[in-house]
Amino acid sequence: MTIDEFLAENEKKDLLRFSTAGSIDDGKSTLIGRLLHDSKNVYEDQIQSVKNVTHDKSSKEEIDFALLTDGLKAEREQGITIDVAYRYFSTPKRKFIIADTPGHEQYTRNMATGASTANLAIVLIDARYGVLPQTKRHSFITALLGVPHMVVAVNKMDLVDFSEDVFEQIRSDFSRFAAKLTVPDIRFIPISALLGDNVVDRSSNMTWYKGEALLEILENVYVASDRNLIDLRFPVQYVLRPHLDFRGYCGQVASGVIRKGDEVTALPSKKKTRVESIVTYDGEIERAYPPMSVTVTLEDELDVSRGEMLVHSHNMPHADRHFEAMLVWMGEEPMDVNTAYGIKHTTRTARARIDELRYKVDVNTLKRMAPGDLALNEIGRVVFTSMTPIFFDSYVKNQATGSFILIDPVSNSTVAAGMIIERESADRLPSRITHGSEEAVSARRYESQVQTGEREERLAQRPATIWLTGLTSSGKTSIVYATEKKLFDLGATCVVLNGRNVRLGLSRGLDFGSTDRAEHLRRVAEVASLLNDSGIITLCAFVSPSAAIRDQVKELVGEDRFLEIHVDATAEWCEKRDETGLYEKAKSGVVQNMAGVNADYEEPEFPALTLPIETLGVEESATQIMSLLRERNIFPISNG
Amino acid sequence: MIEYSLTHLKQLEAESIHIFREVVAEFERPVMLYSVGKDSSVMLRLAQKAFHPGKMPFPLLHVDTGYKFKQMYEFRDELVKELGLELLVHKHKRSGEMNPFDFGTQKCCAVLKTEALLTSLREGEYDAAFGGARREEEKSRAKERVYSFRDGFGQWDPKNQRPELWSLYNAKVNKGETIRAFPISNWTELDVWQYIYMENIPIVPMYFAEEREVVIRDGQIILLEDGKTLPGEELRKEVCRFRSLGCHYCTGAVRSNARTVPEIIEEMMTVRVSERATRVIDHDTEGSMELKKREGYF
Repeated sequence: MTIDEFLAENEKKDLLRFSTAGSIDDGKSTLIGRLLHDSKNVYEDQIQSVKNVTHDKSSKEEIDFALLTDGLKAEREQGITIDVAYRYFSTPKRKFIIADTPGHEQYTRNMATGASTANLAIVLIDARYGVLPQTKRHSFITALLGVPHMVVAVNKMDLVDFSEDVFEQIRSDFSRFAAKLTVPDIRFIPISALLGDNVVDRSSNMTWYKGEALLEILENVYVASDRNLIDLRFPVQYVLRPHLDFRGYCGQVASGVIRKGDEVTALPSKKKTRVESIVTYDGEIERAYPPMSVTVTLEDELDVSRGEMLVHSHNMPHADRHFEAMLVWMGEEPMDVNTAYGIKHTTRTARARIDELRYKVDVNTLKRMAPGDLALNEIGRVVFTSMTPIFFDSYVKNQATGSFILIDPVSNSTVAAGMIIERESADRLPSRITHGSEEAVSARRYESQVQTGEREERLAQRPATIWLTGLTSSGKTSIVYATEKKLFDLGATCVVLNGRNVRLGLSRGLDFGSTDRAEHLRRVAEVASLLNDSGIITLCAFVSPSAAIRDQVKELVGEDRFLEIHVDATAEWCEKRDETGLYEKAKSGVVQNMAGVNADYEEPEFPALTLPIETLGVEESATQIMSLLRERNIFPISNG
Repeated sequence: MIEYSLTHLKQLEAESIHIFREVVAEFERPVMLYSVGKDSSVMLRLAQKAFHPGKMPFPLLHVDTGYKFKQMYEFRDELVKELGLELLVHKHKRSGEMNPFDFGTQKCCAVLKTEALLTSLREGEYDAAFGGARREEEKSRAKERVYSFRDGFGQWDPKNQRPELWSLYNAKVNKGETIRAFPISNWTELDVWQYIYMENIPIVPMYFAEEREVVIRDGQIILLEDGKTLPGEELRKEVCRFRSLGCHYCTGAVRSNARTVPEIIEEMMTVRVSERATRVIDHDTEGSMELKKREGYF
């Protein structure tokens, strides 16, 4: 081959990224060393310097391949691989990038890192020990990170006399376990990394194995179809405005194909326009596909900025603030549900709060575990709410728009990797009221100089939040206003908060999705709490159908001054006296999430008072509340 | 049937462009470290591509030890003029005084490269600096991130690196902390040469073989820019070229007849000595690159 032929051939090579996970004992480093060495890519002097080291510390004559791959000093000293190392080699067919990762449980995060960019994963099994918890862990993480091809390499076949039975046993054990995983392509191969059997060339010691050698698999596995070429997602990365006549949107095509002339919709504005041109340094092109980095110009001057997305108008991603993901926790500190973490998703950054850790997964058994803390190297299913909407697909469908990282707002470290799942619609996901993290981090409350006791004495009342919950049009608001009148007439100081009035001001702009509903009630709870701090009785009338949210309101206000009252009525009764028209709209499907019609109302388990409004009426209900307040020594205060 | 696939070089190019744009979008004051070598030349082309038809939105910074080869300075100044680039040159205040003979290579490097680099980044208030390091080059670089976090002293802590998944890079830093961004992390030496060939990228002529007047010093072929031989050394003529460019005292040439890029690639495929083997400084002590990186070097 002449050099020109070589260059022409070499230019056409494609790229395969693969990860290897395993511990030193599995012979992972030996395998990689073997691949690098046998594909004639270990440069002579590198071998030379490794020999110098080996000679200092042991008398072994043969090359220790592991020393070629374990880069950091600490690792050489401890003899373990602690970080992801990237290795490169090529054959005439392909260029390879290896993400070499450690296999110990405490390095789950590194395995996930290596797998995140891999087209293929090699899972190593020691033929003498078969499928171990560690093997399962590797396989699970490989599957979780959506690596489409898996090669199970049964290593150290030389130590089991190249036995076909041993290999077949391991194959069937592994297959049984792998049935629980979703990996589209799994292959098995018996090898000896140390001796080179079936690594580059087929082994003469295992003629019973009819498949390809490992390197052949790596060279031939077809990966082009693993990309998503259907759903166009073009996250805008940078807006290029070199002069007034040019406005280009730079980005890397995350998925799908974008063509000149395509109608595209910009998210979140939902404005439509057409692709005017696709510009590159090497000239304009007709179409761009992943992973190309291009610059797109549009026919109309839309105001699109970084973090926004161009998509085909007929194929939209989810645009939501509420989503659910599998999370690999990577921070030294466990996940804190009260921290608003930074989220980086495509080119968009936002703050996100954690609504719920639904469960954790035991990486060794794949069993679900009760949630508790999500700590370093643990994996859990978590529900989030971001401050601004993100444009996502499920990770299974689209890795680029289904993945994100979480960043700790104080330490700035990357603390988690997330893979979005979409098994439930956003409306059905649990939501949660939280304190903002800023306060938690930086500020302590100022203390008033007026004592609680002094306030009680002055106002002749003890502050409390009287929380009426019940279906829409059950009469909550009428009851609180009737109660307010009675309290006022007797000289008490109180304030009414009800859904409609709060939504006109304080909660303007929030919708009726579960996320915004939680935020709406958080604001109400904060206001009620402030009023109570000032000695004032707060009368609240809110549907608040979720028991979990009401519990959180109770927590914010303080359990000792929170009284939950259930206004109990059937949906039919409420519908009859409904003046809002909401029941009608909910029944026809115009309004979603209406408790009692198309969403659940969770009755309070232990209310301070239940008001069967249908028989009681508004006046009598208010009277009962007055009795309750007297009973609980809220108003009037007895001197006894 | 239309094939929607990219060659490995086009994939690498796309990844590098993505990194350039990401850094420019997320940092306030990025700068590109420019060493005049072949990796810098490739980076420069990628940066041009990333912001075409605009200009590169950051300056180049050459940390100059004062001991670079004459041809490097000539090439640099010519290129800057031709492309209309903004180039900043930073020299350590003791650059005339420090040298590897009196102070040893480790100390000389620590002052003229590492310290000078850190000072120039601090003085320029740059929060991100592009570098041309490749993971394939050296063992400790194999574990380097694309966004390499450096503390207020420019130090790299290999045990405390941020996990880096997919192509989601964490750009959060506090004041004084910086990121070194490596757009060509995943390129190999062969990739770099192939790209230079494909794209016809200009490089310093010292990469090409010609007859040069040299001495043999500690087994390395050294080109004397100042003409000063050490006792016992004899000037001789060798047909040689440079596989890697650094300071003239510490960068050896290799015997070679490769006078064109294809010939260089051909030689590379047959002669297997890794490219940094001719850099004296990497071989000071076992693991010396890692030590230098911890202190703030590339």
